[in-house]
Amino acid sequence: MALDKNQIAKRIAQELQDGYYVNLGIGIPTLVANYIPAGMDVVLQSENGLLGMGPFPFEGDEDPDLINAGKQTITTVPGSSFFDSAMSFGMIRAGKVDLTVLGAMEVSDQGDIANWKIPGKMVKGMGGAMDLVASAKNIIVAMMHTNPKGESKLLPQCTLPLTGKCCVKKIVTELAVLDVTPQGFKLLERAPGITTEEIISKTAGKLVVEGEIPEMQL
Amino acid sequence: MKKVYDNATDAIAGIADGAVIMLGGFGLCGIPENCIAALVQKNIKQLTCISNNAGVDDFGIGLMLQQKQVKKMISSYVGENAEFERQLLSGELEVELIPQGTLATRCMAAGYGMPAIYTPAGVGTEVAEGKESRVFNGKEYLMEYAFDADYAIVKAWKGDTAGNLIYKEAARNFNPLMAMAGKITIAEVEELVPEGTLDPNQIHTPGIYVHRIFQGVDYQKRIEQRTVRTRP
Repeated sequence: MALDKNQIAKRIAQELQDGYYVNLGIGIPTLVANYIPAGMDVVLQSENGLLGMGPFPFEGDEDPDLINAGKQTITTVPGSSFFDSAMSFGMIRAGKVDLTVLGAMEVSDQGDIANWKIPGKMVKGMGGAMDLVASAKNIIVAMMHTNPKGESKLLPQCTLPLTGKCCVKKIVTELAVLDVTPQGFKLLERAPGITTEEIISKTAGKLVVEGEIPEMQL
Repeated sequence: MKKVYDNATDAIAGIADGAVIMLGGFGLCGIPENCIAALVQKNIKQLTCISNNAGVDDFGIGLMLQQKQVKKMISSYVGENAEFERQLLSGELEVELIPQGTLATRCMAAGYGMPAIYTPAGVGTEVAEGKESRVFNGKEYLMEYAFDADYAIVKAWKGDTAGNLIYKEAARNFNPLMAMAGKITIAEVEELVPEGTLDPNQIHTPGIYVHRIFQGVDYQKRIEQRTVRTRP
């Protein structure tokens, strides 16, 4: 069975470590916050100027001055702090944020990522993604393995305008966990019940498969 | 040194067609609602607006887009505004999309008196096209210029008659950076108090950066994405 969005988030949460400062992008990455292991100290950074982001507010407690980078109403946790956008990207640029999780339209087998523009069709802008991918120490992409047309999103070269070059370290899709290595994508884990052959057939970029590939433990 | 103005209409006096204006806020959070309404009412045209986002269709800078007051938008993310996307794709509106950290830091540089900054954001992408780059410690960085804006229009939570500003929560975002960066900075605040009232330890923007200040009225503070949990 292919993973659903929550299961992708749950698998990514296994990459968290105690003491991490983490920036979660919009979409599936936001869901990772729901699976931080109990007792683990992880501080969420929101690039609009907050460290220590908490869960959504209870109904009636929404505060228009307190939103995350996805413009959703949120709360803070004890120990949180606010700052301006230059400091926010200053801490990102200076490598203080340990892990960045973001979505993508395409990833190449060298770790290039495209996620901000489809020429002539869709222009939303890069937001903070270009800053994050240019500086983050560890970047995990959460995305579907194929696009709605069934075409692979793991490519030899990105076809869309790039967000960053040679920056993605790991990819978690509904089918697989893969590392980006100098040899290309390296298959680490399969989703439960998904065959290695299916992953090979849906991965257009260079794919290294060594030995038996274990199933994800969720 | 009179900095206090009665209202937004008085505070934006002098802004003419073709001006380059910075507008604080992130999404609809911390935007200068009163000044935007005054700019819409005066229907000043051919503006270049530097702002992280372009509002939504019927609020924020979106109101200025509806009236076609904006010639050029410099932003990082414009995803929530259909009219913006239409004008962009049809070529009616000139748009420069730049990385959010670059946007923030180019404001900061202007306020710090630095002509340019180096950032790795955008290296190897179309953002780098035509830009000077330099390698430091084995990594490539783009040179990005400080912004040169005629006016910066910001929103703060509290301000005093000396122009000192304090922002609230995530409504801080670009406001203090833009406040530092305008040749003329206009601040609207939810609460204007006499100088000496605010604790100097808590000031985010020192009054030297602020030329005009007024107490805003009728804040809507719209929420773009209302997300809540059910109370247990």
